[in-house]
Formats: sequence, C-alpha cells, structure tokens
Amino acid sequence: MLKFVVRRLMMLVVTLFVASFAIYSAMYLAPGNPIAALLGGRTPTPEAIAVLEERYHLNDPFIVRYLRWVGGALHGDFGVSIQLRQEVSTLISQRIGTTVQLVLYASLIIIVVGVALGILGGLRKGLVDNVVIVATTFSAAVPSFVASIILLSVFAVNLGWFPALGTGDGFVDQVKHLTLPAVALAFSSIALVARITRSAVREELSREHVQTAVSRGIPYRTVVRRHVMRNAAIPITTVVGITVASLFAASAVVERAFSLNGIGAYLIQAALSKDIAVVQGISLVIVAIFVVVNAIVDFLYAVLDPRVSLGQAAA
Amino acid sequence: MSDALLELRQVTVRLPISGEQRTVLHDVSFHIRPGEALGLVGESGSGKSMTARAVARLLPPGADSTGTVYFAGNDVAALKGAAMRSFRAEVAMVFQDPRAHINPVRTIGDFMTEALRTNHDVSRSDAAKRAVSLLAEVGIADGQRRLEQYPHELSGGLLQRVMIASALLTEPKLLLADEPTTALDVTTQSDVMAILDELRRERGMSLLFITHDLELAGAVCDRTAVMYAGQLVEERTSSALHDDPLHPYTAGLVGARPRIDGDVVRLAAIPGRPRSAFEAPAGCAFSDRCVHVVDECRASRPSLEPLDGGSVRCHRAVELRGTLQEGVAHG
Amino acid sequence: MSAIELDPGVVGPVPATRKWRGVPGLRGTGVAGHLSALVLAIAGFVAVFGNMLAPHDPDLTNLSYAFVGPQPGHPLGFDSQGRDLFSRILAGARSSLLGPTAVVVLAMLVGTFLAVATAWKGGRFDRWVSAGLDVLFAFPAIVLAIIVSVIVQPSLLSATIALSIAYTPYIARVLRSAALRERARDYIAALEVQGLRAWIICVRHLGRNLVPLIVAQGAVLFGYAMVDLAAISFLGLGVRPPQADWGVMVSTGQSGVLQGYPLESLSAGVCIIAVVIAVNILGERLTERANSVSR
Repeated sequence: MLKFVVRRLMMLVVTLFVASFAIYSAMYLAPGNPIAALLGGRTPTPEAIAVLEERYHLNDPFIVRYLRWVGGALHGDFGVSIQLRQEVSTLISQRIGTTVQLVLYASLIIIVVGVALGILGGLRKGLVDNVVIVATTFSAAVPSFVASIILLSVFAVNLGWFPALGTGDGFVDQVKHLTLPAVALAFSSIALVARITRSAVREELSREHVQTAVSRGIPYRTVVRRHVMRNAAIPITTVVGITVASLFAASAVVERAFSLNGIGAYLIQAALSKDIAVVQGISLVIVAIFVVVNAIVDFLYAVLDPRVSLGQAAA
Repeated sequence: MSDALLELRQVTVRLPISGEQRTVLHDVSFHIRPGEALGLVGESGSGKSMTARAVARLLPPGADSTGTVYFAGNDVAALKGAAMRSFRAEVAMVFQDPRAHINPVRTIGDFMTEALRTNHDVSRSDAAKRAVSLLAEVGIADGQRRLEQYPHELSGGLLQRVMIASALLTEPKLLLADEPTTALDVTTQSDVMAILDELRRERGMSLLFITHDLELAGAVCDRTAVMYAGQLVEERTSSALHDDPLHPYTAGLVGARPRIDGDVVRLAAIPGRPRSAFEAPAGCAFSDRCVHVVDECRASRPSLEPLDGGSVRCHRAVELRGTLQEGVAHG
Repeated sequence: MSAIELDPGVVGPVPATRKWRGVPGLRGTGVAGHLSALVLAIAGFVAVFGNMLAPHDPDLTNLSYAFVGPQPGHPLGFDSQGRDLFSRILAGARSSLLGPTAVVVLAMLVGTFLAVATAWKGGRFDRWVSAGLDVLFAFPAIVLAIIVSVIVQPSLLSATIALSIAYTPYIARVLRSAALRERARDYIAALEVQGLRAWIICVRHLGRNLVPLIVAQGAVLFGYAMVDLAAISFLGLGVRPPQADWGVMVSTGQSGVLQGYPLESLSAGVCIIAVVIAVNILGERLTERANSVSR
C-alpha cells in the first residue's frame, strides 16, 4: 500500500511541474510587450525601461524566470496583475471562496441526484429504468451555459423565485444566489454519473457471487447493500471524482452567465484583457486542483478495491 | 418415495431465450435418500446445471417451471420466510468457478461467515471459530490468517476448498456440487474430490454431484444418472451403469473415453453434437445420433421406465439389454 | 410406451421472418439510431447550405426591430440587434457544426495514430508518450482554450486547435486499450510471422478492426466538442459576435433573457441540445454495435 501511495504522489508532483512549465511557456509566447502595458502608452526613456526590466526580471533567461515563478507559486506568490496593480494571489483568494462554494453545492446535487437516479434505474427494470434513460439522455445534452440561460429565464426572470445575479450576503442568501448556478453546473454531469451508476449496479447485480449470496438465503436488501452497492461503489466513486475535478474549470462558464465573481469568471476576464500573470496563476490553480482531486480518486480506488493495493498474488 | 430426502417429480423448466420460452428441462424425475450420493452426468446443454438450480430455487428470472421438487417431504416452491431460510441452510451449493462466485472485495472470513451472521444470528467471533475449524477439515491449516485474506490472494484450488468449507458451515443435509472441479487443474481436482467425498461420508450428507465426467461420478457416487437434451435417459447404480449401460447414449459416453490399454485405431466418438432440449428432434431426443435407431424412435418420445434396479428412457431398452457394453460400434 | 404431445417450442427451426433491418451502415442502431442520423443529416444539410436557405440576411441589423416577436415571414422574430432570428439560426449552423467536425477529425487522426503506435511499439516509446498524454490530460479543455486565446487572437480556429489538443489524450487512451487487445490477438501474430511490415499490419488489419470503435467514439466526441466549442464561443473566446453561431447567440441573447425576451438564447440553445442528443444517441448505438461485433 505504501509503495502505491508514494508512487502516486510522485506522479502528482511531476505532473504539476510539467503542467506549470507548459503554462508558463505558453504565456511566454503570448504577444505583446509587458513594458508597454506597464507604461500605459507613455513613451519611455531608456533608463526607465532599464529600471522596469530590472524590477520585473525581464532580461533573465527563460529558465530562470520560470523557476522564479514556480518558486513564488509554491509560496503562494503569483506575481502582480498588470491590470489591477495588485498581487495575483490576493485577487485569487478573494474570489476562490465563491468558486469553491459553487463547486461543492453542484457536487452535492450531482452525487445525490445522479447516484439516486442510477440506483433506481439499475435495480428496477421496465418503466422506471426507461424514464431514467430518457432523462439522462436529455440532461447530458444540455450544456451548462444553455442550462444557465434557461434557468435564468424561467426561475429568475419569469417566476422570480431566485435572484439572477451576484452572490448575496449571509449564508442563506448566498445559498439562494448559488442555487441556480449550481443546478446549471450540475445538470449535464448528473447524466454521466447516473449512467455509470446504473450500469455499475446492473453489472454487479448479474455477477455470480451475488448468486452465491442468494443461494445461501441472504435477504435481497442485504445482498444489494453488501455485494452490489459495495462493489459498484468503485466505478461510481471514480466517475464522481473525475466529474468533481472538472467542475472547477467548468464553473467558469456558469460564473460568467450569473455574474458571480469566482476565479473562473476572473480567468476569462483576464484572458480577454491579456492579463498574463493572472491567467498563469489561475490556470495553475485550476490544473493543480484537477490533478490533486484525480489523485485522491486514485487513492480512494485503492482503498475500495483490495486487488489494487495489494497486487495480484496467489497464495 | 417417502424416505427420500430430495425428490423431483416431472420437473419441466422453460426459459426465455431470444424472446421465446424454450424448454431446457423436460420431465426430470429422480430421488436421493439421506446419505446417498447421486451423480448427474451430461454434456453441455444437457440441463444438468439447470436441474441443480431448480432444486436450489435459483432459476433465472422469467423461468417457468412445472412439476415439483420435494425436500424432506415439503414442496420447495411453497416455502416462505423461516421455512425458506432453514431450507437454505439445509441445502448448500458449491459452484463451478470459485473465483467468480466469491465477492472479490470482501475478505474470505466475510464470505464464509456471512450466512451465519445474517440468517442465524451467530456472533462474529463464534462464526469465525467455526469457519477456522471447517477450514482445517478441508485441509487449510492457518485458518485465522486465511480469514483475513482476499480471494485474489488464494489459488483456485484453495478457493474451492474455502467454498466447500463455507457450504458445510450450516451443516446441510444435502450438498449440490455443480462441476466443482472443472475449473481446476488435474492434480488439484483429485485433492478437492477426495475432500468432498470424505467429508460427505463423515457427515452422512446427501450429495447431488454434477459433472460431465462419467468416471468421476462413478468414483464418488452410489448412483449415477445420465442426462441428454434436458431429459433423464438412464439412472442406476454407478457400477451397473458403467459396466452394463442400458441406454445407447450412456454406452456412447462410456465408450468415448480414451483408453490406454489395448490397441485403438480411432477414438469412438458419438456422431453429431450435443443438443439442448429445445433443439432436440421429434420423438426420442437422441434419435438423430443413435446407431440403434428404428422408426419408432423417431415417431414417439419414450418415457422413463424402471429396468434392472434403475430407470431408462429408450424404446429399445429391453431389447438392447446386455449388448451395449462395448460402446457405440454395435449394430 | 405412450406418445407424448410435443411442446411446439421444442421442435424445428423458427421460420425466418423478413424484417427490414435498416439503412446500410446504420444496421443495428435501432429506431433511435436512425432518427438521430436523420436529425444529424438535416443539421449537416443546413450547415452546408444554411446561408443560401436563409430567407433574410442574417447579418442585417435594424435596431427598430430589436426583440420584436415572431411575425409572418419571421418565424422566430428578431434578436437584440434587430436581425432575423430564423436566418441567423440557419446561418449559425455552419460554424456550430463545422468546428466540432474539425476537432473530431484532428483529435481522431492524432489520437488514433498515437494509440496504435504506442500499442504496437510498447516499451519506452509507449511509456514516454503515455506520460506526456497524462500531463496533457490534466488540462481541462476550457483551460487549454483560455490559454490558447491569450497567445493568439481568439477565433474559431484557435478554439478548434485548443480543443483538438485537449481531446487527443482521451481518444488516445480509449483507442490504446482497444489496440492493445487487438495486438494480442492471434491473427496479428500470424501476420507478423508471415513477414508483413509493421505499418501495413497496423493500417490494413489492426486499424481496420478498430474502425467501428473509432466511428462510435467519434460520434461521442462530436457531442463533447460541440458543447465545449459553443461554451467557448459563449465566453467570447472562440467565434466572436457579430458572427452567427449558436454559442455566440446564447451569449448575445442573455441581455434579452434578463429583459424577458428569451427567444434568441433559447432557440440557439435548443438547436445545440437537439444536435447533441442526436449525436449522443447515435454514438451510443454505434458503440454497442462495435462492442457486440468484437466479442
């Protein structure tokens, strides 16, 4: 078990480093002169240019600049936003709370609704199952931005049940504000989770070891709990984990649609205004979260499935 | 048959296959007395596994069965609740591929003790103790350690012994063994068979032993029944069945075994291929492969008739009696 | 010996009934598969001929008509800039469908090549390429598109390239497992023993047996690409207004939604949903068919 954990952690670190390198290099290729952006159009004197180049280390070789950036990143220092003249890390920390809340809320919806639908469809045949299939086919096709617009139109504008924009104050108000965005974000992911849950439950239900349990007179409910669900938990956890991991990036769209000031929306804004340091910083944060959550999923998999961590060995 | 532990009377089973109800078992009748071992022999598609499932009430969903299965005098189909639970405790089943039949994510201990803990309210520690002692009986020494291991850590042979031990935990009166050694290699096969045989005799358990190997059935069981195309075609004491078969199919099976004594020019195989019940021709199911076939065989289906201490399903049984020992190549 | 009534199900072969089994190429996909293919065919047709089919100029603005509802000759009414909505929907089909098509073609080409190459060669090549793909896998499509949009001017092309890069690891991974299974089959060993060169085996034999899976995955990928590309355009990082594109229209229609005129966003959204449903259903049926053949 320990070897597995160590190896996985190493992979994680390597992936993060390579990803950070990729992000930094990509931004490096971005056109535009940072000096010009800093000076805001004023004609610079050669001395002024030299001072700025010194201050922002613009003359150092690429590798040095990269390492400095990564070093800073490990301390939480992502440099300064050209546009807003503030520390990128401050700007991120101001906004990441909203995104985390949104993602958690959406994850809750996905897990509760998706897994429940999947179990229903997996255990019951006939009408219930067909309804689940049709519902998931439909919901899988609704992209989060379309869902956002529809929800806005119906529930915020027409029915006025929920506010349309912003994050609100106080816990209850925040929940109200985040509900429509969370539903929009969750909508298409519910389909995937429900489908995978359904097929996992179906598959496990048809396994021979379930027959063995039945042949010993174990009650149906107990069999479903101890053998079907326990075994199906493995692929279900995997798909839920991957889905949650990708929500951080996907939240950008929903945040824009509902004018929430999370890091996703800010990333878009920064991209549109070519604020490179911000784009680098937030991209790294999102990729890091993605990679870390995926690693957690792998660990959970090893915990749930004894064949993985202990290896395949016949006594 | 009032002293029989298990009795099947004219059990017929149909299954939905490709959208239609097809017969897989037809008019199967036999009995097993307490302490007796019956071997059920047949090729694939003969319905032998399905028979075991019918006894254990494990038929697939959508199955439609007629006829009755009696266990200790009770109609198995009518059992419910507590009576059903005690039936499950008294009839245990050992399956063909142990690796597929044991949950891979739970420990061996969990597998073995699950029924005891769930149905019989035995405490965890007591159940574990019983499991360890039974593991010792099947030849697995460090039982306590094994209980904590997972199935993938044990070889096929060990797993099958675990399966047998688990089956014996509820002290069943009847053991259904569905090809228990088919998935194992030959040396392990004989080990496992020896254990099964010994334990059965020790406990005076009845055994329904399903296999495709006629000799193996003969070695372990007092009586042997042969199935073809979902029907029972012959049933007698094992030695009589082997030395003096009454049904042409049985003779074919006996004769088809390769022999290393004496000269053989060609393997004596039965022409054609084995059939399921729903693929069988009209009349006698074996008629299109039998060398002794006459018109009557094709016209009507024979019924199971008593003969020579057993029963046989063949129009020409009395006529061919005593002539079938040397297998197929007899006119 | 009594003659026993024969169970009618026991005897004889079932007479073959003549059932129409479907359009060639779509056999085995069922009614839903055929319907979906029809929807996609219509969408494809509109994508190619949309501009010519549009009754009015999709780019002609007329602010006095802004948000006016459906009228005779204008079945969907007008958008926020007074342009005929129906014409814009028809015109928008082109970029909305062309983009995903390009993404799928690119990702499938590169992904298939990598999958077969790594499955074939194995060893160090496989390990390095797989490691590289795993790193690429860590970048969600949106993030990649955003990064690309900073480097170059955002456009349909930049978004298409970004998505192709983002999807390649997924395709490579899926096809690699299938390729590995094929590689292990005996007929490949037989061909190798006969002395056929590696790339001929890969293309003519191994590759050909992967085709059903490739087609099925391509359909599934198209759905993802369409949604992601439309989302990118919605964010302003792909197709940009005033070009007609369903993703763009959902975005530009947002102000209308907030004022109670949802038709622009909704009609574009419905078109996206319809095509994605069709492509998902077709992809699923094709995948089922591919799997049942190879077993």
